Amino acid sequence: MTLTAMQESTGSRTALRLVDCDIHNALASDQALLKYLPARWRRHHELFGMRGHAGAYYPRANPHAARTDAWPPSGLPPGADLDFLRAQLLDYWHIDIGILNPLIGAGGVLNLEYGAALARAINDWQIAEWLEPEPRLRASIVVAYEDGDLAAAEIDRLGDDPRFVQVLVVARTAEPLGRRKYWKMYEAAVRHGLPIGMHFGGSGGAPITGAGWPSFYIEDHAGMPQSFQPQLTSMIVEGVFEHFPSLQFVLIEGGFAWLPSLMWRLDRAWKLLREEAPHLRRLPSEYIREHVWITTQPMEEPPRPRQFAELLAQLGMNDRLMFATDYPHWDFDAPDEAIPSWLEPELRQRIFAENARTLYRL
Amino acid sequence: MPRYVVATVEEIPPGQRKIVEVSGISLGIFNVGGEFFALRNRCPHQGGPLCQGRLAGILQAREPGEYIYSRPGEILRCPWHGWEFDIRTGQSWFDPRRVRTRRYPVQIEPGAALLAAADAPPDPEAPAPGLQKGPYVAETYPVSLDRQYVVVELPAAG
Repeated sequence: MTLTAMQESTGSRTALRLVDCDIHNALASDQALLKYLPARWRRHHELFGMRGHAGAYYPRANPHAARTDAWPPSGLPPGADLDFLRAQLLDYWHIDIGILNPLIGAGGVLNLEYGAALARAINDWQIAEWLEPEPRLRASIVVAYEDGDLAAAEIDRLGDDPRFVQVLVVARTAEPLGRRKYWKMYEAAVRHGLPIGMHFGGSGGAPITGAGWPSFYIEDHAGMPQSFQPQLTSMIVEGVFEHFPSLQFVLIEGGFAWLPSLMWRLDRAWKLLREEAPHLRRLPSEYIREHVWITTQPMEEPPRPRQFAELLAQLGMNDRLMFATDYPHWDFDAPDEAIPSWLEPELRQRIFAENARTLYRL
Repeated sequence: MPRYVVATVEEIPPGQRKIVEVSGISLGIFNVGGEFFALRNRCPHQGGPLCQGRLAGILQAREPGEYIYSRPGEILRCPWHGWEFDIRTGQSWFDPRRVRTRRYPVQIEPGAALLAAADAPPDPEAPAPGLQKGPYVAETYPVSLDRQYVVVELPAAG
């Protein structure tokens, strides 16, 4: 389907036709945050810099993990030039609302207070350099997620600003995200009606697979569901959704073809082992279908269309799939090509805008 | 098949390329060691601007631990997802039979021949003109007798 045809087919029901749920804005340089840091942390930033867990970052085929055509003529790194992002992404595809997920690593910094200062600086940078100049953009709140109090304080500072639409965590954390140390963050998110968005990547100190450290980036890239599955399982089994019945959880850039089989395994296990976690009062799949949302990129590409249709049927979450490009990264999904054109127009419209509009109250 | 003048030979030195639009189709014209190739500037995967991608060789191994690098400058990688295409055939590296981008025949013609063809009176019996001046010709390339031109052949519209 051509882009024009897509816009016609998706534009009939709402003013919002296309919402991109995963855009990566980047710093122009490591000096770009200095003016947003207080003097104490500015000095620390210049003298010491960031230190997280090492080893989880595998060099990408492309510098900055970017499309090779995403380097702005200004010389800034991909994702750092708002004018170029407007031209190459927002204007080119007529994106009505784009959600920024800066991946700068503040949440993984081992010095927690410094990480929290960086998170504040990143959020203030987002306000001043992205949200103020470009009304089509929304942003995730960056937090020092390894400390519940620090994360909650930042959520409380910004949670009532409607331009911030979720709290950002990553798929590799120091402990599984259902653990109690993270609950104050969830409590704050619920207080402000914000979902938690869990994005691909991060570095929590453990090897990136259950089998240890792999050799290749392709193993990291294709194997990311290995982090998404235990995180989601932990959220359910620890009772997070029982304790916070309104909390919503977004899986960003983790795919979803693995999710039906996880639901089957968890449901079966719950019937056998229910007594181990008596606080779980319902089938795990019911929590998933009531609390979990999924962004589409990188789209699963089964060889035959009917296999994709079957996947959607197994998933049973058509009202919770949300389109994302992942711009400017190399595994970017194009709006006019990534979502199968043969899906019924009403479903395409839900994936392209309506579901995100509901979740993020756009 | 209509033929379009898209560049002078000097304009695209070896290892270089030029993106042109001909008859509404974006094409990449490549010079690989003096040989010219034209590919459609659209990746069959998700529609990325294929011809803006990097040109490299192909790295192969018959077994783990062996590395054979060959055909430098003849494999085009899409700037988005890195799908690899053979610049000579338009075929993808991983599935040459089913995944390919369109390739168009390219010739190098002397200006004298182009001028003679373009100035020939139209023949009402002819099924299609043998040579059409591309949109670039009129403004950018006054065709002169003593230069060499890159000419691309496209299927007739419709």
